[in-house]
Amino acid sequence: MMHGSGRRVTSEAYSRPEFAPLLDGAVSLDRKLKRLVQRYARARSRLGSSGCGKTTLLRSIAGFVLPDSGTIKVGGRDITRLPPEARETAMMFQSYALWPHMSVADNIAYGLRMRGWKKDAMAARVEEMLKLLQLQGFGPRPVTQLSGGQRQRVAMGRALAVDPHLLLLDEPMSNLDYKVRLELRHELRALQKRIGITAVYVTHDREEALTLADRIAVIDAGRIVQIGAPEQIFHQPSSAFVAGFMGADNALDLVRTENGGLATVTNGVPPEQRIRAHFRSDAARLDGAPPAEDDLVFTGTVAQSVYVGQGYRYRVRAGNADIWVHAPERVAEGTTARVIVPRAALLLFSKDSSL
Amino acid sequence: MATRPLALPSPFALPSPLAMLLRAAVLALLAFAIFGPLLNLLLWAFAERWYFPNKLPIEFGLTYWYRVFQPRGNALASLGTSVWIALLTVAFSLAVAIPAGYALARLKLPWRGAILLTFLLPQAVPNLPVYVNIAQVFYQIGLNGTILGVVLVHASHGLVLAVWIASAAFASVDASLEEASRNLGASPWTCFRTVTLPLATPGLIASAIFVFLESLDEFTGTYFVGVPDVTTLPLLMFNATMGGNYQISSITALLLLIPSIGFMLVVERFLKADVLAMVGR
Repeated sequence: MMHGSGRRVTSEAYSRPEFAPLLDGAVSLDRKLKRLVQRYARARSRLGSSGCGKTTLLRSIAGFVLPDSGTIKVGGRDITRLPPEARETAMMFQSYALWPHMSVADNIAYGLRMRGWKKDAMAARVEEMLKLLQLQGFGPRPVTQLSGGQRQRVAMGRALAVDPHLLLLDEPMSNLDYKVRLELRHELRALQKRIGITAVYVTHDREEALTLADRIAVIDAGRIVQIGAPEQIFHQPSSAFVAGFMGADNALDLVRTENGGLATVTNGVPPEQRIRAHFRSDAARLDGAPPAEDDLVFTGTVAQSVYVGQGYRYRVRAGNADIWVHAPERVAEGTTARVIVPRAALLLFSKDSSL
Repeated sequence: MATRPLALPSPFALPSPLAMLLRAAVLALLAFAIFGPLLNLLLWAFAERWYFPNKLPIEFGLTYWYRVFQPRGNALASLGTSVWIALLTVAFSLAVAIPAGYALARLKLPWRGAILLTFLLPQAVPNLPVYVNIAQVFYQIGLNGTILGVVLVHASHGLVLAVWIASAAFASVDASLEEASRNLGASPWTCFRTVTLPLATPGLIASAIFVFLESLDEFTGTYFVGVPDVTTLPLLMFNATMGGNYQISSITALLLLIPSIGFMLVVERFLKADVLAMVGR
């Protein structure tokens, strides 16, 4: 499992099969990582499916994983070979990793103590953090008595107290209820803006990434496949993978017609002429207003309908393709229906560009 | 007709007299097997005179207790020796078990299983041949009859418990807690001192207590290596019993019970399920 030319990596992470893709792409990952970390003083979210290497990337920035090659720079400082304690990064762990044998205040003060702060300065800073995170009065409590949301805030306070160059967050919301998560998401964004700290936030939750980030890096199999503003990633995905990941859940093969339009693929079309088209289920519609000239129209039967709160989600069987479409009105399963996809809603990728 | 509840055989239902009798008999036997010898010990400890064919002592008293606890009696001296040896054994075992346990729990050692088994070896091999050999070797290098010699013999036993439990204690400390510490600026040593060690302490205390008790009770090794210069409480008890002085041996046996029972109660508090689950992992 070792990288041919790279140096020996003893980290356990590399011996686990799910990290193999990252190992394969390690060189390109690090090259991009260098560019990535150097430049921005903005919050960034990294997005990717599980096991794609986003946590490993975060851990290599924190210094728990030694990259095979490449450099990691924070604010121009090369930290690739530094031990974790010399990196001035602060990480928020998925499990929060609060020390159960210390009080809330001791947890927050730990990093300050390591930096040799005076006692009263330390106490003042802890108080400041507790206030910032609305945890006043919680200082002397043992962390084992806190709720999930409170623990998350203590972990945040502990990381922020040392005023790190870079804040690293490893899916910090994944252990929380949906409702708490929604609230904290906005709190976190407001907090990050107020303090003006650079943060790298790992998540596999698309919505979380879109709400929190100034820039998003999408990772697939250990490679960063697209970096950009949330709007850009959402509306102009660079590949079929990113499109699918950002919720363009319908994927079809299309072919260009002689008059420049698009048509569904028939059996005789060779693969190199096919175009991969992605579109969101809510960008398509079920019958309704008549189609414009260059709209794509599929006729099929409603195979499945699911109530999703705001309207219904239908699976329409058209030819040998399944199309998901969102519609406000109720349609019985088994009825014949037309799915209309506006030309502008189609995200097109030629076959070979898709990763 | 009144509805009757389903008649299910219940363990709480009153059983037949015969079953009750049988149960009582089994319980009584069990109680006798466990408490009988202890009761006998208690009787002997306070018996002034007791000889055949009397079923109970003829005269009770505290004469022998005075003899045991008088300044000239060697019971107190050997109690001191026993405790001193036990403490030294604990210190020595922990000094080995803390680094070894940490290494076994955290570092990816290639021969992990084999190393753990090595510590088990002194328990697996029959004791007497080992002690005979140790005694011979110690005699040649002048360790026979010294406290250090006895401590080493005890530690060879205690280390199994100490290393296995310490390794489990360290393994039960979540690695991300250590990472969080390093991440916030702690050197590896500071991280160990402020996070790993405090969190592993309950397990380490439990292992220390086990080693202490093991050492306090140890007889065979002490007999081969320590006699006649080092006399521990079990040796004293042995001598008293062999000399027919059941009173003295009973009283020393009772003395030995005190730390055992006391520590067992404490250990139960320190040895948590999450540590036990890691033993031998």
